[in-house]
Amino acid sequence: MSETATPVAMVNVQVDGEWKQFPKGTRLIEACMKSGKFIPHYCYHPKLSTPGNCRMCLVETGRPKMTPDRQPVLGADGRPEIAWGPKPEISCAAEVAEGMGVRTSSPLVEECRKGVMEFLLINHPLDCPICDQAGECRLQEFSVEFGKGESRFREEKVKKPKRVDIGERIVLDDERCIMCSRCIRFMQEVAHDDVLGFLNRGSHTTLSVYPGKRLDNNYSLNTVDICPVGALTSKDFRFKMRVWFLKETQTIDVSCGTGCNIVIGSRENIVYRITPRENEEVNSCWMPDSHRMNFHYLHSDERLVSPLVKGEEAPSKWTRALAGAAEKLQGRDPAKTALIASARMTNEELFLARRLASALKIENFDVLLRPQKGDGFLISDDGNPNTGGAKLLGLATGKLSEIARRVESGEITALIVLGEDAVDCGISEGALKKLEALVFAGILANKTSPHASVVLPTSAWAEKRGTMINIKGRIQRLNQAIQPPGQARDDWEVLRDLVQAVGGSNGVYSIEEVFKVMASETPALQGLTISRVGDLGLQLSLPA
Amino acid sequence: MVSLLPTPHPKERRIIFGNISKPGYSPDIETYLAHGGYESLKKALGMKPNEIIDMVKAANLRGRGGAGFPAGAKWSFIKYDDGKPHYIVVNADESEPGTFKDRYILHQDPHQLIEGLAIAAFATNVHLSYIYIRCEFPKAAKIVWEAIKEAKAKGFLGKNILGTGFDLDIYVHQGAGAYICGEETSLLESLEGKRPYPRIKPPYFPAVLGLYMKPTIVNNVETICHVKHILAMGPEEYAKMGTPGDGGTRTMCVSGDVQRPGFYEIPCGGVTLGELINDVCGGLKPGRTLKAVIPGGSSAKVLRAGETFKMKVKGPDGQMVEKEVPLLDLVMDASTLQAAGTMVGSGGVMIMDDTRDMVWALNNLNQFYAHESCGQCTPCREGSLWMSKVTTRIIDEGARPDDAKNLKNIADNIAGRTVCAFGEACSWPTQSFLAKFPDEFEKRVK
Ligand SMILES: Cc1cc2nc3c(=O)[nH]c(=O)nc-3n(C[C@H](O)[C@H](O)[C@H](O)COP(=O)(O)O)c2cc1C
Ligand code: SF4
Ligand code: SF4
Ligand code: FES
Repeated sequence: MSETATPVAMVNVQVDGEWKQFPKGTRLIEACMKSGKFIPHYCYHPKLSTPGNCRMCLVETGRPKMTPDRQPVLGADGRPEIAWGPKPEISCAAEVAEGMGVRTSSPLVEECRKGVMEFLLINHPLDCPICDQAGECRLQEFSVEFGKGESRFREEKVKKPKRVDIGERIVLDDERCIMCSRCIRFMQEVAHDDVLGFLNRGSHTTLSVYPGKRLDNNYSLNTVDICPVGALTSKDFRFKMRVWFLKETQTIDVSCGTGCNIVIGSRENIVYRITPRENEEVNSCWMPDSHRMNFHYLHSDERLVSPLVKGEEAPSKWTRALAGAAEKLQGRDPAKTALIASARMTNEELFLARRLASALKIENFDVLLRPQKGDGFLISDDGNPNTGGAKLLGLATGKLSEIARRVESGEITALIVLGEDAVDCGISEGALKKLEALVFAGILANKTSPHASVVLPTSAWAEKRGTMINIKGRIQRLNQAIQPPGQARDDWEVLRDLVQAVGGSNGVYSIEEVFKVMASETPALQGLTISRVGDLGLQLSLPA
Repeated sequence: MVSLLPTPHPKERRIIFGNISKPGYSPDIETYLAHGGYESLKKALGMKPNEIIDMVKAANLRGRGGAGFPAGAKWSFIKYDDGKPHYIVVNADESEPGTFKDRYILHQDPHQLIEGLAIAAFATNVHLSYIYIRCEFPKAAKIVWEAIKEAKAKGFLGKNILGTGFDLDIYVHQGAGAYICGEETSLLESLEGKRPYPRIKPPYFPAVLGLYMKPTIVNNVETICHVKHILAMGPEEYAKMGTPGDGGTRTMCVSGDVQRPGFYEIPCGGVTLGELINDVCGGLKPGRTLKAVIPGGSSAKVLRAGETFKMKVKGPDGQMVEKEVPLLDLVMDASTLQAAGTMVGSGGVMIMDDTRDMVWALNNLNQFYAHESCGQCTPCREGSLWMSKVTTRIIDEGARPDDAKNLKNIADNIAGRTVCAFGEACSWPTQSFLAKFPDEFEKRVK
C-alpha cells in the first residue's frame, strides 16, 4: 500500500528548541505529543470537531521572521529565526506550518495552565471521594501535574443540578461538568442524535437534554467515556468498583460481526465494565451501548459449571464426561449423526470442531447464521461475530435446515451441539428427547441442555483466548480477562480432548499450536500466528 | 431617548446625523429621496467594484463597532470572483454599555444604512445581506423592514437594481438577546440559528469561513452608513475631516457626569477630551471635579483625571517629538487613544466625577461582564464571575488585603487567553481600575 500512497509534504517545526518534521496538516497538539511533549487538554478529541473552549492546551507559538520581500530570516544554524507571538495560542486548533516554533513548557505556558486549572476548580464541588470518575479524571490528573495546589477562591460556588437522570443509562452531575462540550459534539457529529446542549450563560452554563428528550441513544455511553470528568457516569457501572482496582484486558466485542475493539475492566473474576478501544479500521473510539452492556450473563446463575452425564452421578468428572461423550458418538452410522457448531465460536474452536466431524466421518454439519438488521454504524447486519471464520474453515455449509428436518423425522439419531440451542436451529424439544445421543457443549443452560446425554461446560468469550474474523474479513484476537466459573473449561481443550477420545491423539497442547496447524491448512491464514494478529487485528484477503 | 442638539455644536460636523437633525425629517423613503437619497448608490452602480473599495480605503474609514479595523482592507479580503457566495452582515447588535448611536440611526434614518449596504454589496459581489438587529430593538427591526420594503418597491433593492443587472436582497434578523451576539463570529453562529458561541480564529475568520462557512464581511451600522458619504463627498474630502489613518467623522455617545450627555458627531480627532467635556458637552456639573473617563465603551481601559501620557506628537516644525500629554489634551482619535493605552472603541465616552466610587463603578462593569460572558471558554466564564464576586464582596464587606492582587491576577489570567475579545473586554476594566485607582481599593481594606 505504501508504494501507491502519494507522498505527504513535510514541514519543519521547532518544538522546545528542537527541529522536527511533521506531515503538513498535522495538528500542533499532535505534533507536540509525537515529540514526547504532553499537552494537557480537555475539549480536544481527535475524532470530534475542535471548539477550542477549554484553553488548557495553550502554548507559545512563533512563525518565521520574514524579510521585507517575504523570505525567512535564517539564524546562525541555517534555520529560520522565529518571531514569537505576543499571545499564547491553542495547540488543538493550530496546524503545523513551515518554520513554526512552539514552546510547550515555558513560564507563560505554565502560567496559562495554572490559570485554567484554577478557573476550572473554583466552582467545582471537589467531591472526588464520592465521585466515580476518581482515578481516571482529567481534572484530578492535571491539577496534580499542572495546577497550583491551593485555591484563592473565597466566594460562594455556583450551585447546579446534581444526579440528573438524563437517560436510561446515564446520570449527569452538572456541578462537575467543565463544559468542554465533548458529549454534545459526540451526539451531534457521531451519533447524529442532537439531544444534548447547554442552557444559560457564563458560569451558570448547564448541560442538559433538550426539553422532552432523553439521552437514550444506543451510543449514549460513549459520552461517559469521553467526558473528561465525573459529570456523566454510567448507571450500570457507578459505585460498583473503583477504577484503579480494575484489571484491563484488550479484547473484542462478540455481539455482532463488527468486532468492536474493547477493554474489559475486571477484578477477581468479575467483569465490571466494558469500554471501547480505539481501532481506526473497526470502530474508531466507539461502541454501541447494547454491546457494552452485553456481559452480565457471564455471571448469570444459568452458567453451566460442571460436566454431566445423563443417568450418572452428578456432577460428573471431566474424564468421565469426555469418555461418556466418546462412547455415545463412536461406532455410529455417520449418516445418522450431525454436528451443529456456532459462528460465535473462535476460529480455533471451529477448526477443532471440523476435526471432530472428520474423526467421526460426519458430513452433516453447519453453523446457525444470524442475519439481522444492523444500525448502519457499528451494529452489523450479522448477529454472529465469526461468520467469516465459519465460512473460511468450511463449517458454514448451508445444511442446517436439512439437518433440522432429519432430526425431526428421526433419520438423524445423534447430535453434537456446540455453543448453540438446537431449538433456535429449528429442532423441537420433542425431537431432541428422542435422540439416542446428544452431546452439548456450552456456557448457559438452554432448551437443549436438559435433553443432553452429556453436558460439557465451556468458557465464554471473556474467559478465553482465540481469534475471530469480522464481517470485513479482519482477523482479531480475544484475550482472557477472567477465569471460567466452576469446572467449566476452555472450549478448544474440550474439543481437542473429544477429538482425541473419538479418534486418537492429535498432539496439540496450546492454542498457539492449534492456530499454527489451522494456519498451515488454511491458505488465507498462511504465515500468521496469534501474536502476529496483534491487538488491532489484521486484514485478511479472503477467498470470495 | 437622548437626542441631538437642535443645532450642531461648532465642533460637530454632521454627516451621519446630517439629515436626522433637520426639522421634519422622517425615516420614510420619500423624505430620504427628497434629501438626495440613493444618489450615491446610483453613482456606485456606474463604477467598477474595486474602484469603490479603493475609495473606501482612501477615505481611511475605520470600523465603528469597537475594534476600529480599516473597512477598505476588510472588504479587500473578499475575492470578488472566487465563485463562492459572499455575505455582508450588518452588526446592529449594539449593546456595549455607553454606546447608543446605532439604534438612533436605525430609528431615524434607516435608508442611509440600506444605501450604504447596497454600495458595499455591489463592491464585494454580495447578493444576500443580513442586518442583525439587537433583540431588544424590536421597533428598529420594524422600521428597517419597512425601509427595505420601500427600497425594494423603488427598485433600489431586489432583482436588477436600477436596471444594472445587480441583485441584492436584505433581510433583518432579530438578535438572540445577549451582549455576546455582537461579537462578529458569535453573531454569525446566531444568524445560522445556533447558540451564539464565538468561533475560534483561526480558522474561522469571517472573510474566509464566515456565514455558512462562506466569505463574509461584518460591519457596524455606522461604518456602513459612512460608505454612502464617502461616495458622495469623494474619499479625499471625507478623509480630510479626520486624522491620518482615521478618516471622516465619528459619533460619540457621551454619558455620565456632564451637563449635556448625548450624541455628537465629530470629525475623527476633531476635539480633545477636554474640549469634548467642557466645550461640547457643557462641562461638568456645578461644583464637581473630573475623576475618570472611559473613552470608548465599557471595555475600554479607564483613564484618571490628572494623568499625563508620554507620546510622540507633531511639533510646531512638523517633526515628531516626545511629549507629556495631559489627559484633557488627548485628541479623540484612534491612534492617540491607543497610545494612551486605551481605545476609541465604539465611541461611548463615559465621564465620571468626584462623586463616583471607583470600586462601585468597577463592580457595576464586572457584574455586566459576568452576566454576559457566553460561558464557552474557561478563563472568561469562570474569571468574569469570580471578579464580580470579589468586587461585590469588597463593597458589601470590605476588602481583604490580597483582594487587589488577586483581582489583577485573575484578569491577567483571562486577557489574551480566550476564544474571543470578550476576554479582554471583561479584564481590561479590572486591570485598568486597579492600576489607575489603587487608592480606592486600599481604602476598602478592613
Ligand atoms: C464582546 C463583543 C461585543 C461586540 N459587540 C458589538 C456590537 O454590539 N456592535 C458592533 O458593531 N460590534 C461589536 N463588536 C465588534 C465586532 O466583533 C466586529 O468587530 C464589528 O462588528 C466589526 O464592524 P466594524 O469593522 O465596522 O467595526 C463586539 C465585539 C466583542 C468582542
Ligand atoms: S458532561 Fe462531561 S463531556 Fe459533557 S460538557 Fe460536561 S465535562 Fe464535557
Ligand atoms: S471569551 Fe467569554 S464571551 Fe468570548 S467565547 Fe470565551 S466565554 Fe464566551
Ligand atoms: S484542548 Fe481545549 S482548547 Fe485546546
